[in-house]
Amino acid sequence: MVTKVYMEALSPTMEEGRIVSWNKSEGDSVTHGDVLAEVETDKAIMELQARGEGVLRKVLAPEGSTVEVGSMIGILADPEDDISDTLATAGLGTGRTDAAAVEPAAPTPGVAPLIVDARVKSSPLARRLARERRIDLSTIAGSGPGGRIIVRDVETAEPAPRHVAALAEPAFNDTELTQLRKTIAKRLTSSLGPIPHFFLTSEIDMERVWEARAALNSLDAEQRISFNDIILKVVAEALRLHPECNAWWQEDHIRYFKEVHIGMAVAIDEGLITPVIRNANLKSLREIARESEELAQRARERKLTPDEYTGGTFSISNLGMFDIDQFTAVINPPEAGILAVGSIGQQPVAQDGEITLEPLALGSFRRSNK
Amino acid sequence: MPTITYRDALNHALKEEMQRDPTVFLMGEEVGVYQGAYKVSRGLLDEFSEKRVVDTPITELGFAGVGIGAAMVGLRPVIEFMTWNFALLAIDQIVNSAAKMLYMSGGQIPIPIVFRGPGGAALQLAAQHSQAFESWYSHVPGLKVVAPATPYDAKGLLKTAIRDNNPVVFLEGEMMYNSKGEVPEEDYTIPLGVADVKREGSDVTIVCHAKTVQVAQKAAHRLEEECDISAEIVDLRTIRPLDIETVIRSVEKTNRCVVVEEGWPFCGVGAQVVDYVQFHAFDLLDAPILRVTQADVPLPYNKRLERSAKPNPERVFDAVKQVTYRD
Amino acid sequence: MVQPATASGLNPDQAVFYRRLLRQLCLIRRFEERAGESYALGKIGGFCHLYIGQEAVAVGTIAALRDDDYVMGSYRDHGHALARGMSSREVMAELYGKVTGCSRGKGGSMHLFSVEHKYLGGHAIVGGHIPLVAGAAFAIKYLEQDKVAVGFFGEAAVNNGAFHEALNMAAVWKLPAIFIAENNRYGMGTATERASAVYDVATRACSYDMDQEMVDGMDVLAMHEATERAARRAREHSLPTLLEARTYRFMGHSMSDPIHGHYRAKEEIDEQKQRDPLHMFQERLETEGLVTHEEYQEIEREIREELDDAVAFAEESAEPDPYELYTDVYWE
Repeated sequence: MVTKVYMEALSPTMEEGRIVSWNKSEGDSVTHGDVLAEVETDKAIMELQARGEGVLRKVLAPEGSTVEVGSMIGILADPEDDISDTLATAGLGTGRTDAAAVEPAAPTPGVAPLIVDARVKSSPLARRLARERRIDLSTIAGSGPGGRIIVRDVETAEPAPRHVAALAEPAFNDTELTQLRKTIAKRLTSSLGPIPHFFLTSEIDMERVWEARAALNSLDAEQRISFNDIILKVVAEALRLHPECNAWWQEDHIRYFKEVHIGMAVAIDEGLITPVIRNANLKSLREIARESEELAQRARERKLTPDEYTGGTFSISNLGMFDIDQFTAVINPPEAGILAVGSIGQQPVAQDGEITLEPLALGSFRRSNK
Repeated sequence: MPTITYRDALNHALKEEMQRDPTVFLMGEEVGVYQGAYKVSRGLLDEFSEKRVVDTPITELGFAGVGIGAAMVGLRPVIEFMTWNFALLAIDQIVNSAAKMLYMSGGQIPIPIVFRGPGGAALQLAAQHSQAFESWYSHVPGLKVVAPATPYDAKGLLKTAIRDNNPVVFLEGEMMYNSKGEVPEEDYTIPLGVADVKREGSDVTIVCHAKTVQVAQKAAHRLEEECDISAEIVDLRTIRPLDIETVIRSVEKTNRCVVVEEGWPFCGVGAQVVDYVQFHAFDLLDAPILRVTQADVPLPYNKRLERSAKPNPERVFDAVKQVTYRD
Repeated sequence: MVQPATASGLNPDQAVFYRRLLRQLCLIRRFEERAGESYALGKIGGFCHLYIGQEAVAVGTIAALRDDDYVMGSYRDHGHALARGMSSREVMAELYGKVTGCSRGKGGSMHLFSVEHKYLGGHAIVGGHIPLVAGAAFAIKYLEQDKVAVGFFGEAAVNNGAFHEALNMAAVWKLPAIFIAENNRYGMGTATERASAVYDVATRACSYDMDQEMVDGMDVLAMHEATERAARRAREHSLPTLLEARTYRFMGHSMSDPIHGHYRAKEEIDEQKQRDPLHMFQERLETEGLVTHEEYQEIEREIREELDDAVAFAEESAEPDPYELYTDVYWE
């Protein structure tokens, strides 16, 4: 049985991928599900799993090479199989159209998959409970036979950052994208170019926020709350009150969301990525703090899975920590708006006829007026 | 409420139903003059005469068929098999005639008949006399299969079975005939297809029927004493139709399930229960469902070997500890 | 010891009755021919066992019964159902598997039932229904009714334990039953002498101290008279009888079987056809002037019309509703 190994679309927007490393060498035996290679997509480094078994007879794309999705990058076969015919088809780029398997898989509607590693053994009840409590089963150890996670393991586990509810009608952004830089560039043009923007900027009195943050952090030094977390929470609440801003432009219709999923721009070495805090309006400040910290960390390590950086209904870009007073953020299509947040600084404020110095931030709200 | 034996509970059920309906009669080997091989029919010949308490030749196929023929034209026979092992000779009649008559006649001819007698192992009766046939008959659409565990259930279920217009396979147990329990004197019936929670509990559901109810009760007692495990016992009482709702309600509470039966494991009653539970309550399970059955062998004569082949409280105890992850 | 009964001379007063018998013989013959034709056209499925050649057994015996007597048969049951008065419409529709069939399409050729006509089924496990016949007789006696239970089966069934068990109980309990073994000389393809230590089925009755008769099964009147005697024994003395009808099957065992196959010679069939029960009776009535040839032609014409109608009825009738799959499994 000869199985062609293709460069697969490992993110919703991936069109080509770079072979970071081959985990198997020519001649190694391979069983179904083995990780053949690590592939850098436009967003993250992902594992390419074997869809057949036998021996890795041929590697067609060396480490470091960038290959289009759908191209054959290797051949799995039994040792006695003749692979010359298969080899002859290499480089024809027929994979994508031939193999349905490499089509980008649509995210499953409803609950986002919790079990990233399908080999986590768990009882059905434990899985259900974990789902309800938003616990990532891959983060806890099972005490049942063979490491099976059973209900008592879940009951004693700490809830992981919320990682819930994909949008009721998740949709791909069909904008052509390659890797991260290209993505950002395209986003800029597709945002600033075709999308009519209007900009609203106002000063926000942060004095009470300042006090609140200080008070909260004095209560729990372990889990510190940032200004950004507070802004996330406030924006989430605002979006709930103003659902017309919590929407996607869908060319022929506007989709107003009932859930609030906020994208949070994170600067990484290669550029920018926006992990999404789901159902942010339903989460406590501490949950948001924990989740945003973890997502930012994972973003910097490029460990985000596609469902973690897609599906936002609004975004926030905060450059306050870089002492930027005010800037222009770019809408993340198809979202209808983004909030750019500048640094908090002491500003003279006229109040009751007196001039005082108070912490103020400049918030620039940009909205598509389509 | 008087305390009587399982045997007398059955006897009273027969007597009351024969008094109530003149078309009910009892037929089988040694039911009359001998007063019943296990004395279930004691005294009935005197009260109802040879016309209604009919001793037969040793010809299971024949008298099972006679019963079915009589049921086709207006009588309500109760056919006693001295043991269900002998009924293998009659299984053609039970399966091909009784179970199918209503269907193949397009609904014209119901067969109101009860086939009853002791099933399963007793003590050291060896391979041909120690078989539990619940799953065999439960496999067949058109039959109802009842296997009561207590005198109260035995009487109420037998009365219902006799009044039912379908063929009912009624499995008793030699080892249960002497067991005692409270049985009211007034007329009562128990519907077929309704399980009974014999013991309330919260940590594990033990599904069982007939003789294995006592096995489960002993195990549950020990589990409580030694391990602080609270076992709920669901007695199926009727195997077909099977009251899976009661089982599922219990598993919803306990999330763990052990099924105990006297029959062999392969294609047994427990296999069916497991199938239902995994289908209806998959997300409620915290452990695989375990089964405790008779060993997958013909039953040996030797006492020690025989004991180790039968389902016993120790094996139920171990299974429960396993599904509660306490082993 | 065993003496075939012979028909007495014809009684002109019975002309109407004779004509009725002739009509039934003819109806069954033509019905079976039509059934064979529909089977060949794929309108009838499953097993289909034709009764051609044996018609005098069902017609003669059943004519001796009352409407409330119980009759059961084996899987070769079309003739008995028709002789019992079931309509050719409901029987043909059952063969077609239609909801208008006598068993609402759920029984088929081998399981014709009509409670209305006290025809309690074609049963398809060889010998399996013989105890049911004894059971019906048991109920008759139990309920003190003036009825008889009659069961038809092939001679091959008598080697079966069910036959022995049922006849033994019928005899020991003195049940009003008539057991009719239709000896057509072959159990499927096995000649009786190759399967049975005793050729004469009737002699088996000696084992149970039961009355018996061996009858010419090609002679409808002989069958009728023997059954009358048996029925009288049952009604007046509550005693069972074993009748052996010496008959012959002109067709194969079933539709998938050639007419003679390897197990019997064409010459044997041709010889047996010299004693065709329909033609013999027709000729006898014509010879004795009890039926004219024109009258017989008229019977044939009526039956042709009746069967045209039955086939059209079966063709046009509805299939059972899909929900019928799950009805009649249990009496609700």
